[in-house]
Amino acid sequence: MVTLQINGQSHTIDAPDDMPLLWALRDIVGLTGTKFGCGIAQCGACTVHLDGKAVRSCLLPVGSIGNRAITTIEAVGETPNGAKIQKAWLDIEVVQCGYCQSGQIMSATALLNRTPNPDDSDIDAAMAGNICRCGTYVRIRQAIKNAAKTA
Amino acid sequence: MSMKRFGIAIAIIAIVGLLFAAWMVLIPGPTAFASGSSVALADYTGPNPAGVPKELASADPIARGEYLAHAADCVACHTAQGGQPYAGGFAFNLPVIGTMYSTNITPDKETGIGNYTDQQFLDALHKGIRNDGQNLYPGMSYASYTYMTDADALAIKAYLFTLPAVHAPARENRLAWPFNNRSLMAFWNAFYNADQRFRPNPTQSADWNRGAYLAEAMGHCGECHTPRNLAFALNNQRKFAGALTAGWRAYNVSSDAKAGLGAWSDNDLATYLSTGHADGHGGAAGPMGEASDNSLTFLTAGDIHALVVYLRSVPAQDTDLPRTVNVPAPASHREGVTADLDPRGEKIFAGACASCHDWTGISPLSKYATLTGVRAVNDPSATNVAQTVINGVDRKTAQGRIFMPAFGDAYSNDEIAAVSNYVTARFGAQGARMTEKNIASLRKQVAQQ
Amino acid sequence: MSISAKDAADLSRRNFLKVGTAAGGGLMLGFQVGDAFAQEKKGAAEAAAPAPAKYVLNPNAFIAIAPDGKISFQIPQEEMGQGVYTSLSQLLADELDVDLANVTPLPAPPIDAIYGSPRSHRMSTGGSTSIRGFYTALRQVGASGRAMLVQAAAQQWKVDPATLRTESGQVIDDAHGGRKLSYGVLAPAAAKLPAPQDVKLKDDKDLKLIGKSVKRLDTPDKVNGKAQYGIDVRMDGLKIAALAASPVVGGKAVRVDDSKLKAMPGLQLVVLDDIVAVVGPHFWAAKKGLDSLDITWDGGENATMDSAKMWQELRATSLKPGVVAKEDGDAPKNLSRAQDNRIDVAYELPFLSHAPMEPQNFTVHVKNGGCEMWGGSQVQTSAVAAAAKTLNTTPDKIVFHNYMLGGGFGRRLDTDMVVKSVRIAQKVDGPVKVIWTREEDIQQDMYRPAYRNVMSANLDKNGKIDAWTHRIAGGAVSVRMSGKPLKGGLDRGSLEGATENNYGAPNFRVEFIEAPPKALNIGYWRGVAPNNNVFATESLMDELALKVKKDPVAFRLAHLDGTPRLKAAVQLVAQRANWGSALPKRAGRGICAQFAFGTYIATVCEAEVDEGGHVRIRQVHSVIDAGRIVNPDTLMAQVQGGLMFGFTAALYGDITVKDGRVQQRNFNNYRIMRINEAPPIDVHIVASHEPSGGIGEPGCTAGPPSLVNAVAAATGIRLRKLPIDRDILAGRKIA
Ligand code: FES
Ligand code: FES
Repeated sequence: MVTLQINGQSHTIDAPDDMPLLWALRDIVGLTGTKFGCGIAQCGACTVHLDGKAVRSCLLPVGSIGNRAITTIEAVGETPNGAKIQKAWLDIEVVQCGYCQSGQIMSATALLNRTPNPDDSDIDAAMAGNICRCGTYVRIRQAIKNAAKTA
Repeated sequence: MSMKRFGIAIAIIAIVGLLFAAWMVLIPGPTAFASGSSVALADYTGPNPAGVPKELASADPIARGEYLAHAADCVACHTAQGGQPYAGGFAFNLPVIGTMYSTNITPDKETGIGNYTDQQFLDALHKGIRNDGQNLYPGMSYASYTYMTDADALAIKAYLFTLPAVHAPARENRLAWPFNNRSLMAFWNAFYNADQRFRPNPTQSADWNRGAYLAEAMGHCGECHTPRNLAFALNNQRKFAGALTAGWRAYNVSSDAKAGLGAWSDNDLATYLSTGHADGHGGAAGPMGEASDNSLTFLTAGDIHALVVYLRSVPAQDTDLPRTVNVPAPASHREGVTADLDPRGEKIFAGACASCHDWTGISPLSKYATLTGVRAVNDPSATNVAQTVINGVDRKTAQGRIFMPAFGDAYSNDEIAAVSNYVTARFGAQGARMTEKNIASLRKQVAQQ
Repeated sequence: MSISAKDAADLSRRNFLKVGTAAGGGLMLGFQVGDAFAQEKKGAAEAAAPAPAKYVLNPNAFIAIAPDGKISFQIPQEEMGQGVYTSLSQLLADELDVDLANVTPLPAPPIDAIYGSPRSHRMSTGGSTSIRGFYTALRQVGASGRAMLVQAAAQQWKVDPATLRTESGQVIDDAHGGRKLSYGVLAPAAAKLPAPQDVKLKDDKDLKLIGKSVKRLDTPDKVNGKAQYGIDVRMDGLKIAALAASPVVGGKAVRVDDSKLKAMPGLQLVVLDDIVAVVGPHFWAAKKGLDSLDITWDGGENATMDSAKMWQELRATSLKPGVVAKEDGDAPKNLSRAQDNRIDVAYELPFLSHAPMEPQNFTVHVKNGGCEMWGGSQVQTSAVAAAAKTLNTTPDKIVFHNYMLGGGFGRRLDTDMVVKSVRIAQKVDGPVKVIWTREEDIQQDMYRPAYRNVMSANLDKNGKIDAWTHRIAGGAVSVRMSGKPLKGGLDRGSLEGATENNYGAPNFRVEFIEAPPKALNIGYWRGVAPNNNVFATESLMDELALKVKKDPVAFRLAHLDGTPRLKAAVQLVAQRANWGSALPKRAGRGICAQFAFGTYIATVCEAEVDEGGHVRIRQVHSVIDAGRIVNPDTLMAQVQGGLMFGFTAALYGDITVKDGRVQQRNFNNYRIMRINEAPPIDVHIVASHEPSGGIGEPGCTAGPPSLVNAVAAATGIRLRKLPIDRDILAGRKIA
């Protein structure tokens, strides 16, 4: 049994300590917005926040999380930066198939949490770990800048 | 062979011979550093440093042989990548000398050691002579195994003979002249193979003696960790000072505080030896990862302790490795980077590495992925960083799978050089200056063709 | 979220318009497809002819209007990022005169007779055909619905329908004080009316949604995690499986050592010849169970194949005469006379994996002599047929719920993932979701075939192309999919982008020779045939220009009088990209001019190559003339994304084989471009009233040739093989 703080709620789940958070979220808790893309921290589709910082849930064992607050795409819109990013995403229609976008939005929100006014270099550093096979990068960059501009 | 080449050959042999002679006088035995003098095992009154630990004292002979085979780590060299265990075929690529392959030591009669008598097996292990009378190359660590007792060697043989016989003919070595001439090795043996069994040192503790036996006769640590002389023999004057072996850097494991293990706690050392990882020091990868998973992890706590005691006693050997940096790098990619680096290094790090290793070097995902304090990133040659990037890590340990993907297939040599340079600069003591050519050479040294 | 195939089949069998209940109630309308696009099938060159306008309405379900005025559209094409849920809804909603805010697009159930594309009569989302297939048809459905609702209002108010107008889901009677009736209220009466036979579509000036960059309908749920892809399916009692298929095509598992698995509770082992799967309560357990197995595979005869041998075979085949696909004049004769000013060359393209972000998966519950299944497919009806065949039953025993696709790119035009999942599900009690790991997804793909193009061309004394021959050698996906040999040796699916003779060579010959690869299955991949053919054509055009020392743009323009839309696009893109202006050392521009998928696109890529042979794309400009546009912003997104997809392939894409096994495993060695490599991309859309062209693929096929031409301009090195070899560009290796 592992107890996790997910989106402001405490969940006690029957999972082995070494189970990656990704599968606990998707297959046990039922939050499927966090996606599986590679399983080896190469694509970013599984990104969630731990205390506001972006981490890849596909390699994060649930046993190592403790009391840290987990935020997923389902609740990131309740944070100010998450809401800004989601809106910016819709305003310029970043999304194509959308499968990578949960992770993109989580990474982008974490970027704003740390760097309210990111420039291209900050965006590269924070977002290069998120692959988009549909090739939405041009718009991701623009949307992050737009979101940063909205107060 | 033309007369001219023959002449050069004679000259080389003569020079090499002279060097041999010079070094022979200077090179001490592997345990000669210790104070007090050694005695024959039979004359030693302390607990027997050879054999299996007390936990296995009453185990069946095969289990004992298996323990010893693990301790001697036969499988590491005698298994090809993805091949059957003990069936040979692992490639050793030596600069100038060429490529040689390990052989099949399963009990297959035709291609393995199925026809070896006990004496023939002992001759191979102690003298480097195979059952057809030909010399082995010292790539087979018989100059270390020579210290192994007959009983232990034969216990290993008995264990090997319980393995399934695999038909796997030896691969043809590709050695440059004159090294393709096995009989030259007789020469080498005369100088560099002591051909004597382990001699305990009564002035040292029982643990020390056990550790010495495990490290020298069994685990053959020096084969990687002790630098070699020109004749490819271990230079015990620089015992455990670290060396480049098979394309990977085996680190300084002498007791030097800066370059060696002097600053490690006993506990960290024991944990590292038994699991291949110690928090704050990083994990074993490459050949040490294999030694860890195939060999050291099977040793009892007592034997690990003995190894620690022994390692601690090896005199400090200075190396030019800078002191390990133990503080995390800044959280922002903007800070802490050296300016003159190829910008591709940071770019690749951002895409392929930062998700797991973080910009600080403290992995948010796994202690095994933390780079801060790790030897490899503090080695300004970046050898092991580059090899890890190229080959990845895939260790199945008792603690679970330790995995890093291999990037060698999709990233070019100068990209790997750039990211290795970046990683050492960002997380280590000093940025490396790897070039495309260095990486090409590293790849060659570990190539398994 | 979807009505079942069976419900829909029932609906379609009732041969009258009716108030449906299954999909929310209200009016349901559809159309009957004639062979509307027979003309287009005759050849791409004639595709520009206007599509015939006549569709006959029949009582099939496309539109459902609920009493509260909420409207759902059954969308016959799959949403995989290309925006069809929105663009097809725009077509319907504009003619129906409803607000998109009140519209919910739903995946249409798998019934070819109702939802098949007017082009192919099949439900299939691929080849950039959604808009081309449905543009007129869906507008007619919408217009018919509107006419019926107006008629219903006219009857109720007893006025002439011609005096009424519609707006935002309401019929309005201006002559009587602007009284209004909502569609929701009118729907039951409208549904009882006969369908109008000839409706007039809106004039362009009256269009409110078509041609506008309206907000996409599928994206709000994709930014908050609510969107459901196949991999997200959950239900009571669901088990999850991880699988390993034979790493060698045609191989079998000969021994499975499950001693470690036995110690792991709650897991079920399934061994099926060429598949080994472990079923568990969640994916992690299943995957760990699978990893614990020691499987010995017998790869069979393919186990000795490797890339070198495969290329050797392809090269040998490419030298044989092919089957003539298109012939103008006498190219071989003219070439044989022109020894000096001719070029003979071969271009080679590698196998490629699709690697959509959502790994393959399917959820299947085998029961009642058939199965119920959940997943994302580009070919809904084929998925049903494949499941039926696997279960040895008829399609009516299969209930299929189609889901959003986390990327298709052609991968989900195949049904191997359906078949494998059904086979595993047959051994499992209750529903099971089978998930491919990324490694399994990449190593068990249906790969874009490798191609070799053997080409010759010569120039006349004015520097114009005199003769041009192009022999395409590669696998024919149609053969792999159908299992039937080619008729007459010609694979129509391999020719587009080669046979059009856009540059008007007086002597022109295109041949095809089938070279089916051993050891790899092949499939359609974003960009299909033009992927290969445009690359070959546009590379050779640059080589010819160089031969006569002409600027590549000028050289193309001199040959494009017969293809004015392409000519205009080339002129405009050259202007927008500042073609000819100075660039830094080691940087260059490359052009690609292309007509494929009914769309003209001209692209200029600006790239820079460093001493180490690394290519950086500096910026890209495309001018696209895709005829009438439904949603310009979606078009732009497709071109941007398509270019990235193509660039990724050109820079990194290469599936290689050793010992019969694919060597690439995951994104560490099947590399995908990342945001810090992505160039700014400028897309300009040419306003046009020509019939719509496809937009999903043109960008993808324009990427590699424009990039390789830019690299040649930057370095003087012509790369004739993809992916780009950095060692050649660094001078470490000879091309
Ligand atoms: S699934 Fe975690 S990074 Fe790809
Ligand atoms: S939107 Fe499809 S993968 Fe990013």
